[in-house]
Amino acid sequence: MHVEQLQQLVAEARDRIEAATDLKALDDVRVQYLGKKGSITAQLKELGKLPAEERPAAGQKVNEAKTEVAGLIEARKQALADSALAEQLASEQVDVTLPGRRLPEGSLHPITHTLERIEAFFAGLGFRVAEGPEVEDDFHNFEALNIPEHHPARAMHDTFYFDAHRVLRTHTSPVQIRTMEQQKPPLRVIAPGRVYRCDSDLTHSPMFHQVEGLCVDEDITFADLRGVLSAFLQSFFGRDDLATRFRPSYFPFTEPSAEVDIQCVHCGGDGCRVCSHTGWLEVMGCGMVHPNVLGHVDIDPEQYTGFAFGLGVERMAMLRHGVNDLRLFFDNDIRFIRQFGRTG
Amino acid sequence: MRISIQWLRDWLQIDETPEELGHRLTMAGLELDAIEVAAPAFSGVRVGRVAKVEPHPDADRLRICQVEAGEAEPLTIVCGAPNVHEGMVAPVAVVGAVLPDNFRIKKSKLRGVASAGMLCSARELGLAEDAEGLLALPTDLEIGADLRTALGLDDHILEVDLTPNRADCLGMRGIARECSALLDRPLNENVAEQTGAELDVSVAVRVEDTEACPLYAARVLDGLDARAPTPLWMTERLRRAGVRPLSAIVDVTNYVMLELGQPLHAFDAGRLGGTIEVRWARSGESLTLLGGDQTVELAEQDLVIASATAPVALAGIMGGADSAVGDDTTRVVLECAHFAPLALAGRARAHGLHTDASHRFERGVDPTLVEQAMERATRLLLEICGGQCGPVERVGEPPSSHFEQPIQLRRPRIERLLGTTFGDAEVERILGALACRVESAEDGWQVWAPRARFDLEREEDLIEELARVHGYDRLPQRLPSPVAPAERPPALRGLREQLASEGFHEVISFSFIDAEASRAFYPTVEPLGLANPISSDLAVMRPGLWPGLVATAAHNQARQQPDLRLFEHGLRFVPDASGLRQEPRLAGLLGGRAHPEHWDAASRRVDFFDAKGVVEALCASVDAPLGFRAEKHPALHDGQSARILAGDRPIGWVGRLHPALCKQFDVEPVYLFDLDARAILHAPVAQFTPLSPYPSIRRDLALVVKEAVPAGDVLNAIRELNLELVQGVRMFDVYQGKGLNPDEKSLALGLILRAFDRTLGEQDVTNVTDKVVEHLHARFQATLRQ
Repeated sequence: MHVEQLQQLVAEARDRIEAATDLKALDDVRVQYLGKKGSITAQLKELGKLPAEERPAAGQKVNEAKTEVAGLIEARKQALADSALAEQLASEQVDVTLPGRRLPEGSLHPITHTLERIEAFFAGLGFRVAEGPEVEDDFHNFEALNIPEHHPARAMHDTFYFDAHRVLRTHTSPVQIRTMEQQKPPLRVIAPGRVYRCDSDLTHSPMFHQVEGLCVDEDITFADLRGVLSAFLQSFFGRDDLATRFRPSYFPFTEPSAEVDIQCVHCGGDGCRVCSHTGWLEVMGCGMVHPNVLGHVDIDPEQYTGFAFGLGVERMAMLRHGVNDLRLFFDNDIRFIRQFGRTG
Repeated sequence: MRISIQWLRDWLQIDETPEELGHRLTMAGLELDAIEVAAPAFSGVRVGRVAKVEPHPDADRLRICQVEAGEAEPLTIVCGAPNVHEGMVAPVAVVGAVLPDNFRIKKSKLRGVASAGMLCSARELGLAEDAEGLLALPTDLEIGADLRTALGLDDHILEVDLTPNRADCLGMRGIARECSALLDRPLNENVAEQTGAELDVSVAVRVEDTEACPLYAARVLDGLDARAPTPLWMTERLRRAGVRPLSAIVDVTNYVMLELGQPLHAFDAGRLGGTIEVRWARSGESLTLLGGDQTVELAEQDLVIASATAPVALAGIMGGADSAVGDDTTRVVLECAHFAPLALAGRARAHGLHTDASHRFERGVDPTLVEQAMERATRLLLEICGGQCGPVERVGEPPSSHFEQPIQLRRPRIERLLGTTFGDAEVERILGALACRVESAEDGWQVWAPRARFDLEREEDLIEELARVHGYDRLPQRLPSPVAPAERPPALRGLREQLASEGFHEVISFSFIDAEASRAFYPTVEPLGLANPISSDLAVMRPGLWPGLVATAAHNQARQQPDLRLFEHGLRFVPDASGLRQEPRLAGLLGGRAHPEHWDAASRRVDFFDAKGVVEALCASVDAPLGFRAEKHPALHDGQSARILAGDRPIGWVGRLHPALCKQFDVEPVYLFDLDARAILHAPVAQFTPLSPYPSIRRDLALVVKEAVPAGDVLNAIRELNLELVQGVRMFDVYQGKGLNPDEKSLALGLILRAFDRTLGEQDVTNVTDKVVEHLHARFQATLRQ
């Protein structure tokens, strides 16, 4: 055997390895040179013909040649795999800018979002949600709230009625009465819901939403009322420094009574169209529960005091979301509702 | 109520700017609505006296006037006003004056005659909407004086919204009382003197119901000149209060009402016939009201003032046309009375009226004002119109009432309600300034409220006064003692969010609907109708939520929004034998494409099974097996309508809107569901069941049954077998056609089998499938498809 012959074989193998374009061709090369009957393998068999002293050196040469060829094959195999993968990736390329597949996005009504926000705040202070009927009787809507027949406050309510005794509730306040008929203090409830007034124009809808709140206990004062509502308004509008003010007002079922204004969220109190240039927006009515109201439900006004409040949900939603037309809430145009998404 | 600040100064000193005073009133519960100026800006206008009037040589309607305006020489001014005459005092805008709307007065020539200024009408000065001729000024004004100063035109008017409890502020004097308390400044009470009778003429008064009319006073005034001009100071005050001056007699009654809060009425005595009766109207009587445009049919609940023969006024509301004073009236009967709020309650409204008088009497007028107002009006009338007055004929007394009993005000109660204490001196100052009589008592005070304050009846009312005058914003605030947060049932929120995540938009529609829509959707329900609907399409309470959803769909489809998934939560109103059921429902609507349009997906329209799938998902936590039963509903397509059942209990409907209703309500095909919200709001706490470590095996069966056999019944039948190894059943194909008889269908079922204690073998599977096939054969003659 000649070293030249061995080198010749290795050179040949290298050429053929490089020429192989797939794994099959490469394997053929391996069999041809390194297989049991391969031409380099055959060189080992030739060793026996050499004198004993030359065999180790010659054997080493052959083994070196085998290792070299095996290495070349392995490298080529890797190169082929790499290019095959590259080809696969290239062929599987997509246009990432095409629109994705998705479920259509739904949305909740802005009134629902607003109610959710209100309920969540008051739940944190221990106010439970209470409900009541919308077709109400005269007693719960008026009488028990210290609004007897012919009280001037009734005229302010523009009541829808069915007959002499049944009305569509004009406020959520009757839920106060229904709650206190069922349960005794300590009480903390809020009553969200639909209310109705016989009035329809740019700024009035015959149906709208209110949230009523009631807190009755042995040591509730006007200071608690102010504290709770100021904290609520700051939380609702997400501003710790939101100024609020309490103005005396009149509701037959509270005494003292107040209306609550917030610093205009539109102009920051400088005065603008939204706040009629006063810098303030009226958002709630409230007061200390009138002793006559407690008396109607057999709660001793000497032992218990309480506060109650009511707010218009549409107004709060309009201020929070910048909605400028009340009627949009009930047109139910999905182009409007969609804007509020699933989180508001 | 419109408050002229200058008028207020009749009673107390006001140093505050209009804004400051308005703010103080607002923060005391008299909410400021607007601040107006008494006159728009103008300058260079003086009090002028027309010394001489000559005709214009070249113009019939123009006159050349010599006007004294404080200059050494009179000004020559050309004037076209018809009422200009020598000796007249009128406003004169001199050269350089600027009138409202920036109208500048320059030297000019009118038809060849130079004019050094302009004589002005009230309209030209922005003091009236319209005017005939020059504004006649009182002749005792200083000639040449600035008009703004002379007439006090640099006044502001505060317009405040009064709450119904503050009837005491429906007169300027009441407002003054309030301001005196708020500003801690003394009040000058000027009480009108009595005017002794000069005539021996009286009118006989009879009062039928002394509860309705506890006090009635009347007096005759004779020899009046009804044409006498109302003095400018009075018309100015009326104007600033928002009341149009009419004629001296009417102006005086209005003025006294505005000043004191007591309504008055003047009758032409000639039309009364010497007697006045205060009585309830008799049915069949009618009355033509002042102005003559409106005749009201009277009812027995109407309190009237009547002559011997007929009603002449609606008591405390409005006078009649027949007895109204006119230009020729010389003798009047002046009425000043107290009517009980309850006697008049609702009556003005019943006739579609709302007057200054009814507004006050319904809220309560201080009955002690009757005498004062009568005297005040008498003096003013005699001053302005001349004449003489007769004695006051008075029937009754101011009604006795709670005012005679003191209110106990306990010191600790103040803290109990307001969370703070008040010094004794402060309590006494505030209540005293509000005209309460205050006496010390053991643990507080005894307080007698003034008669004008109908709203001060009990301790809490007085505590509100303390808080109000002190200022709510100066009271403390705190948070009540903490308690555990309230539990919030998550169920409804969860369902709403679930629907939103499935592409539904939440809508809120009116609870009242058109009666015709109600009939179309729910023909068997007689809906609850409103007695006073706002319009005919909002007239009855909805017996269900579908009409609102369908109307919403039509509204959106008409606005190029064809793909709709809508839902609403709210009450339905169903009258039944036991009364009215007001039940919460969750209802939805699907229409248009099933999926959003996409470049890689075929488009498909929603169908029954999209709607049903939504229902199935919503009912995931219903406490009984969910079922669907083919059943007709008047609003749904006969062949695509199902009752939704929880066990045996019906909890709702799902189906396709009936094509006839699609047409009637102009809507593209839509699918609807409606669920009893209470039935689906269970949110049971999930309970863990162990997982099997062994693999499951699926065995598919194709079963041939008659076409009429409901697939759901087949699935239920397998469930009823209650086979331990069957963990689930899938219905993965329904086939009809080639290879089957025309009245047959093939249902492809996948049984999912699993055991908890071993890997299942072929024998287990065969045992189960044999049982299933056998049972279905027995129940439905089902056979395995070959």
